Amino acid sequence: MKKGHIIGLGIIAVAIIIIMTSIGDASSYESFNTAWEMKQDGDDKAIHVVGQLKKDAAGQVTGLEVGEDKTSFTFLLVDNDGTEQRVFYNEPVPADFQRSESVVVIGSYREKEIFVADKILMKCPSKYQETDVQTAGM
Amino acid sequence: MINTFMGNLGHLMTILAFVSSLVTAYSYFQYFKANELEKASWRTFSRISFYVHTISVAMIAFSLFEIIYNHRYEYFYAYSHSSKALPVHYMVSSFWEGQEGAFILWAFWNVVLGVTLIHTNKFWEGPVMIVFSLVQAFLVSMILGVVIGDLKIGSSPFILLRDATQAPIFEMNPDFVPEDGTGLNPLLQNIWMVIHPPTLFLGYASTLVPFAFLMGGLVTKKYSEWIRPALPWAIFSAMILGMGIIMGAYWAYVTLNFGGYWNWDPVENAVYVPWLILVAAIHTMITFKKSATALKTSIVLVILSFILVLYATFLVRSGVLGDASVHSFTDLGLSGQLLIYMLFFLVIAVVLAARAWKHIPTSEKEASVYSREFWIFIGATTLGLMSFQVILPTSIPAWNSLVESFGGISNMAPPADQIEFYTKFQLWFAAVIALLTAVGQFFWWQKMDKKALKDALITPYIISVLLSAGIIVLAKVYDWKYIVIVLAGTFTIVANAVILSKLVKKSTFKLTGGSLAHIGIGMILIGIMFSSGYSDVISINMSGLTYSNSWEDEMNKEHVLLWINKPTQMKDYTVIYRGRQKKVVGVPEYVPAKFLEPTGKVNEALALEDYKDYFKKGELVNIVLEENDYFKIDYMKNEALQFSLSPMSQFNEGMGGLISSPDSKIFLDKDLYTYVAAMNDYADPEWKEDEIYEVAPGEQFHVSDFVTYFDGAEVLKELEGYTLQEGDVAVKAKLRVLDYDVEKTLEPTFIIRNSQVGKLPVVDTELGLKISLENILPEQNKFVFKVNQYQKDYVVMKAIVKPYINVLWIGTLIMLLGFTVAIYRRFDEFAKMRDKGME
Repeated sequence: MKKGHIIGLGIIAVAIIIIMTSIGDASSYESFNTAWEMKQDGDDKAIHVVGQLKKDAAGQVTGLEVGEDKTSFTFLLVDNDGTEQRVFYNEPVPADFQRSESVVVIGSYREKEIFVADKILMKCPSKYQETDVQTAGM
Repeated sequence: MINTFMGNLGHLMTILAFVSSLVTAYSYFQYFKANELEKASWRTFSRISFYVHTISVAMIAFSLFEIIYNHRYEYFYAYSHSSKALPVHYMVSSFWEGQEGAFILWAFWNVVLGVTLIHTNKFWEGPVMIVFSLVQAFLVSMILGVVIGDLKIGSSPFILLRDATQAPIFEMNPDFVPEDGTGLNPLLQNIWMVIHPPTLFLGYASTLVPFAFLMGGLVTKKYSEWIRPALPWAIFSAMILGMGIIMGAYWAYVTLNFGGYWNWDPVENAVYVPWLILVAAIHTMITFKKSATALKTSIVLVILSFILVLYATFLVRSGVLGDASVHSFTDLGLSGQLLIYMLFFLVIAVVLAARAWKHIPTSEKEASVYSREFWIFIGATTLGLMSFQVILPTSIPAWNSLVESFGGISNMAPPADQIEFYTKFQLWFAAVIALLTAVGQFFWWQKMDKKALKDALITPYIISVLLSAGIIVLAKVYDWKYIVIVLAGTFTIVANAVILSKLVKKSTFKLTGGSLAHIGIGMILIGIMFSSGYSDVISINMSGLTYSNSWEDEMNKEHVLLWINKPTQMKDYTVIYRGRQKKVVGVPEYVPAKFLEPTGKVNEALALEDYKDYFKKGELVNIVLEENDYFKIDYMKNEALQFSLSPMSQFNEGMGGLISSPDSKIFLDKDLYTYVAAMNDYADPEWKEDEIYEVAPGEQFHVSDFVTYFDGAEVLKELEGYTLQEGDVAVKAKLRVLDYDVEKTLEPTFIIRNSQVGKLPVVDTELGLKISLENILPEQNKFVFKVNQYQKDYVVMKAIVKPYINVLWIGTLIMLLGFTVAIYRRFDEFAKMRDKGME
C-alpha cells in the first residue's frame, strides 16, 4: 500500500468522524410536547423550541417573573403547537426580550413544570418592517 | 421640503455602474480576443469604461454618505441608520450598518483593486478584468432596486421613507420629513466598528484577485504562470481577512457582553472558514513555486476560498440562518440573487478547471516523508478538515431550507452548545497545525533526512519542553488537554524562533514572513487556551443569602446585584457601585450624571454643580451620546481603592431595552472584564405609599434603612426659579441622609402664600427617595415630612478574569507582521519578473 493511500484513508476516516459527530451533536427543533417525551425517555440532550411570549388581551407580555436578586427570571412561552410552558433562564432579562417576535429556547426540561433554558435566541422585529414613523417632527 | 436630487443621483449612478460593468466585461472580452492591430483600441475603450464604472461606484458611495451626513431623513436609509446625535465618525458606521451600504463598500473595494491591477499588470489585464467586471455587475445588481413585474432585483438604499413604509402620516402629508432618525445601533457606536467592516470587506474583495488570475490562467492555458502574480495578492487577502476577523473579535470583546471574543456564531464561522482555506492555498502555492508540485491542490483551494466567501455572504445575508444566529441580518429578498451570484462563478470555475484538468502539470513521483511538499500537504489537509468541521454544522439551517424547498421536513438544529462543540475539534486541529508549522519550517529551509531532522529538532524540543514545564508550573495548568496545547504552542514558537534567528543571521529579513507568522500562531494558541480555558467568573454571589429555596440555588449565579454605595464581596475584591456617569465634551473623565440636567435639546445638559475646573454651575455643557450611562464600579482591596471601571449601558427605546458594553481593567498578565447585565429604570418610578415622619430639628430618625439627620430649617429670602412676593413665607428643611459611607443633603421646601401651601419635594434617584416637607407644627416645634420610596439604584453585573489575553493580542500582531513581510517579498518577486518582461 502506498503512502498516498494511507493518507487518503486517514482523511476519509477523519471526515467520517466529523460528519458523524456533527449529526450526533446536532440539536433539533422540538415542541414542548415532544421535548417532554424525550425527557421521559431519559434523553437529556438540549433541544431547541421555537415559540412566542404569552401575551394578554392588550398585547402585553404576561407571566414574566424576575428573581429577587435580579439575576434570573422565568417566563411563559407558547410554542408553535400552542402549548404553554414556564421557562427558567439563569441570566438577567435580555435587553429586547419583551419586544421579541419569537423566542428560541435552547435547553431541556427539568421537571414538567419548568423548562430550563441554557441559551435564548430572540428574533426581534427588524427596523425594516417598522411602520410607525415617529411623528415628533410635525 | 423633500430633497429628491441626491437619491436620484445615487440611483442613476447605480444604473450607470451596472451598465458600465457589463460594457467593461464585454469590451475586455473583445480586447482579449482581438488581434494585435485592434488590441490597443479595445484596451483603451475597456479602461475608459472601467473608469466610468469606478467613478459611478464612487458617486454611489458619495450620494449615500451625503444623505446620511446632511441628515436627510426623508430617505429611508438615513432615517433607519442614523440620527442627529451621532458624531461624524459614527455616521461612517451608519453607512455600512445596512446591507446595501455593505454591498457598496464591497463594490468600492473591488474597483480600487481593479484600478490597482490595471496599473500593475501587463499581461493579465484582459482576463482578470473580465472576471472583475462580472463580479461588479453582480454586486451592483444587489442595490439596483429595479422591479420588473414580480421580480425584484436588488434593494436600493436611495428609496424615500414614504415609499419604504406605509406610515399613515404620508397620506396626510407626502412631504413629511421626520425630525430625527432612529439612530445607529449603539453596539456599532464603537471605533472598531468604524474600521472593522472596511477591513473585512477589503478581505472579501481581495479574494477575488487570486481567483481572477486563476481564471485568466485557465483560459489562456497558462496553467502555472498565474501563481506568481496571484501569490502576493493571496497573502494580502489572507492578511486583511485575518485582520478583519481579529478586529471583529476585538470589537466583540470590548463592546458585546457575551464575555469573550469568539462565540462560534454562524456569522463568525462564515469568515473563519474561507480564511483557513485561503491560508492553505497560500501554502500550496508557495510549494508549487519551489518545487512544481501541488498545482492542482492550489487551483482547488483558490476556487474554494472565493466561492466560500460568496457562500458566507449567502448564509449571512439571505436570511437562511434565521433563528440560528444572534446577528440579526434582515432578509432583503436577495437570497435568490445571492445564490445565482455564487452558482454562476462556481459553475464557471468548475467548468474551466475541469476542461483544463488533464493539461495541468503534476509531478508523478510521490513525495517523500522527508520532503517539505509532504508536510505542506499534510498541513493543507488539516486546514481543509478544520474548515470542513466548521462549515458542515454551520450549514445546517441551509440544509433545512433545502430539504423544505423540496417539500421535506427537517428539524435539525445547530449544536446546542456551540462553543463546546467546535472547541473539542478545533483545539486538536490547532495543536496539530502548531506542531506541523514547527516541523515544516525545518523541512522548508534545509534538506532533511532522518538524522538531520533529529539534529535540527532536538534543541528546540528540549528548550520548549523546559519552557512549557515552567509555564505549566507557574500558571498552574493542570488539565492534560491544556498541557498538550502549551507544549504544541511553545514548540512552534521556539522552533520558528530558531529558524528566524538563522534566517536573520544568514540572509535577509525579507524571508522571515513565514517564521514570524508561525510564531504568532503559537502565541495565539497559547493566548486562547489561557484566556478562554481559564476564564474565571468572579462575580459569583457570595452574600450567602439564598433567595429561593428551590433547585434554582444549585445553579451558578454568575451575576451579582450591587445596590448603590453598598460594598459587596467578590473574590479578592470588594466592589461598590457608585452611580451613573456621563461623557462630557472637553472633559477627559466621566462626570457624575447627578451633576447634569438634560435641557431637552440633543446632547445638551445644564450643569447643576461646579465640576473641578471643567465647568461651572449653570453652564450648558455638551454630552457625548446622551443615552449612554457609564456605571462607576469601584474595586477595593483592604479598604483601599484599587481602580474603578465604568461599563457602559444605555436604555435604548428603539432597540427595545438595555444595550451594554463592558469595561476592562488591563493588567500585564490578565484582563478584568466587567459589564452591566441589568439596571434600574427610574424614568417612571412607581412610588410606594406615603410614610409620614414628625421630627424636631436636631433629631435623628430612620427613613427606610437610611439614618437621617434633620439639621434644621431656614426661612428663605429668595428661591431659585421662583419669585417670592410680599408676605410669602418659604422654609427649607435640611436633611442629611446617610447611605453607607455617603452622606447626602436633601432640602425639601415649603411655601405659604395667602394661606395656601406649596410644596417643592426633592427626588433622589440614586436612593430612590422622594421627600416633601408637608407641614410645620410650630407649637410642638416639629416638622412633618412625607417620604415615598421606590428602590435604590442598582446594577446587576458580571465580572470575568481573563488571564494572559495579551499573549493572544500580541500573537495576532506578530502574525500580521509576518504576513506583511511575506507580501513584500512575493510582490517584489513578481515585480522583478514583470519588469524583465517575463509576464
